[in-house]
Amino acid sequence: MTQGILIAVVVLGVIGAIFAVVLYFVAQKFKVIEDPLIDEVAEVLPGANCGGCGKAGCRAFAEACVAQGNLDGLRCAPGGDAVAAKVAELLGCATEAGEPQVAVVRCRPCNVGEKRRSNYDGLKSCAFAHSLYTGEGGCPFGCLGCGDCVNACLFGAIKMDAEKGTPVVDETKCTACGACVKACPRSVIELRNKGRKDRRVWVSCINKEKGAEARKSCANACIGCGKCEKVCPVEAVHVNNNVAYIDFNKCIACRKCEVECPTGAITDANFPAPVNKEKPAPKPAAQPAQPQTTAGEATVIEKTTPTNTQN
Amino acid sequence: MKTFKMGGVHPEENKISNDAVIEQMPLPSQVVVLMNQHLGAPATPVVAKGDKVKVGQLIGEAQAFMCANVHSPVSGTVTKIDTCKDIAGIAKPAIYINVEGDEWVDTIDRTPEIKRECNLEPKEIVAKLKEMGIVGLGGATFPAHIKYSVPEGKKAEYLIINAVECEPYLTSDYRVMMEHAEEICIGVSILRKALGVPNAYIGIENNKPVPISVMTEMSKNFQGIVVEPLKVKYPQGAEKQLINAITGRKVPSGKLPIDVGCVVSNVGTAFSVYEAIQKNKPLIENILTVTGKKIPSQHNYQVRIGITYNDIIKHAIGALPETTGKVISGGPMMGKAIVNLDAPTTKGASSVLVMDEAEARRNPETNCIRCGKCANACPMGLEPYLFSALVKNGRIEEAQKHNILDCIECGCCFFSCPANKPLTDEIRLGKNRVRAMMAAKR
Repeated sequence: MTQGILIAVVVLGVIGAIFAVVLYFVAQKFKVIEDPLIDEVAEVLPGANCGGCGKAGCRAFAEACVAQGNLDGLRCAPGGDAVAAKVAELLGCATEAGEPQVAVVRCRPCNVGEKRRSNYDGLKSCAFAHSLYTGEGGCPFGCLGCGDCVNACLFGAIKMDAEKGTPVVDETKCTACGACVKACPRSVIELRNKGRKDRRVWVSCINKEKGAEARKSCANACIGCGKCEKVCPVEAVHVNNNVAYIDFNKCIACRKCEVECPTGAITDANFPAPVNKEKPAPKPAAQPAQPQTTAGEATVIEKTTPTNTQN
Repeated sequence: MKTFKMGGVHPEENKISNDAVIEQMPLPSQVVVLMNQHLGAPATPVVAKGDKVKVGQLIGEAQAFMCANVHSPVSGTVTKIDTCKDIAGIAKPAIYINVEGDEWVDTIDRTPEIKRECNLEPKEIVAKLKEMGIVGLGGATFPAHIKYSVPEGKKAEYLIINAVECEPYLTSDYRVMMEHAEEICIGVSILRKALGVPNAYIGIENNKPVPISVMTEMSKNFQGIVVEPLKVKYPQGAEKQLINAITGRKVPSGKLPIDVGCVVSNVGTAFSVYEAIQKNKPLIENILTVTGKKIPSQHNYQVRIGITYNDIIKHAIGALPETTGKVISGGPMMGKAIVNLDAPTTKGASSVLVMDEAEARRNPETNCIRCGKCANACPMGLEPYLFSALVKNGRIEEAQKHNILDCIECGCCFFSCPANKPLTDEIRLGKNRVRAMMAAKR
């Protein structure tokens, strides 16, 4: 009895010893030396693996950071400045605070109700619908409403407005990772700076057709008239290919262009009061926006900020 | 009886416009001639605003390799050169012509007499096909001069004429065979000469007994034309399936019919080849079926290109029935739903199919039950259910490995699916993704 146990112990012990020696040499031979910093950096990243940075995931981003030694050209959009500061601290480099961004939809719902020219009953995929035809409203540039962006968003920040047929971005959840921008076959979604107090103005149309043609398919289309370009005090608006575009780095969110726009193609977000279109003179209309440039008056506005404003 | 080996379905035939004799569609006051009448690059306009043009005059010249000439279908004045929205609503370059009278170019022989002799050399025939802007009328509108210039190192052994017309509803090929059998046989002889092949095979499905007997009778007067009746099965009219049915050969994945020594042309193309070579008439008209179960009358028209679908519908049936669900250009299996009825017809247009709401509606999609009917129905031996899952999950490379690009988009999988999954749509999306991926790698 005891002898049997003894034999088993010895045999297993010898086998164990042989394997231990083999494993030791294998481990020495195939040792992968990895910078422990990578683990530390990966630890502070959000771990969403959204791919918004252009890398295969958070781990790959961490590897790239450590290999590079600084954060030049690398930015984790979901993490924002907080994560950038932590990573910079680990790497021992400086970081610049980036402007926070958010996804905006550059299309006004036009294919609702009677304005719909056709009914699409094919595969629910914008990429597929885009390869087939112009869209239910007839605009060859606008939103197709099949929700590729909704499916692409890993943060649940985009929802399809069933009534209007266009996507709506939830600013609190949007991390500006850019997945929706890539998913949209028509580049309707763009990442724009959130703007001071989250207030921003943009042209919600990308129709490059000539004015009359664009109006045929959508009442809210930009017709490229150039009124906004003329009225802009900071030269942020330019009309190219029959469509206006507001440079968000220059825009001061004065909303003068929005007053001027004859088709309502210019949209704003998070302003306390809707723009007053009744008064055509630029002065009174510009007033609610102007105060933002001065710190003193901005606090006054803040009190009137409605609940839908973030922060 | 011969047929292709793999897969296939048999949809309801609905050939209700078989007996409608070909009528001439009257000219409208304006036509719009798209420069994209064919597969490939658009033709370049060679007329200017204000120019007077005659019927058959060259107005768009083929400058790229994959391109075909476009000729004026009417006589009149060019009013503008601009863009026009096609049936999908996408703007394409086009020439607008105001119709004034009906004056033809002098070289075109408009006499009804049939010319049988053709003394042109093969190279001259191909050059003339190019000059006359002949394209394949089976649906793909592939420029004929490219198809009949066999690349060096390859040899054509079979000329196959596609008169299968396996798509439900369509009857334009049926009518052409009934009314122009002799012209078709002359056209086939010309194409046979251009290729230098001993025999041409005309494949006709067995559900058209009258055209089979008419064509068989007529082919006896010609050397080397064999009429081949085929068992009824969709998609017999697809190029690769027809080659398989008639010759037993299989076109390998990623190869062209010429790689197995075959050239396939539509019967309508053979007729337009006759008109081009023997009568100097460019491709400015084609035969178009106006059909549908719920419309008051069925028609087959000879239509000049550039007439809008609205004009055709107005002339044929007055107005669309209120219950219309879809208007389709082409057959119900592979045709395209028309989004913009103001779009002009093109060389490849074969029908205006008006479908009732109930008939056009897709049934709600349910879950895949792994029955494998789609794989059984696929004439290319693919696995549609697999592509559906792969494409949905973004596994594009795997889809490519399973030969997704071999799909001919015939719609058999969708037709046979008991769960009503839009398999063909998913595969087409997958094909687009694979092509985009390949382009990005290059």
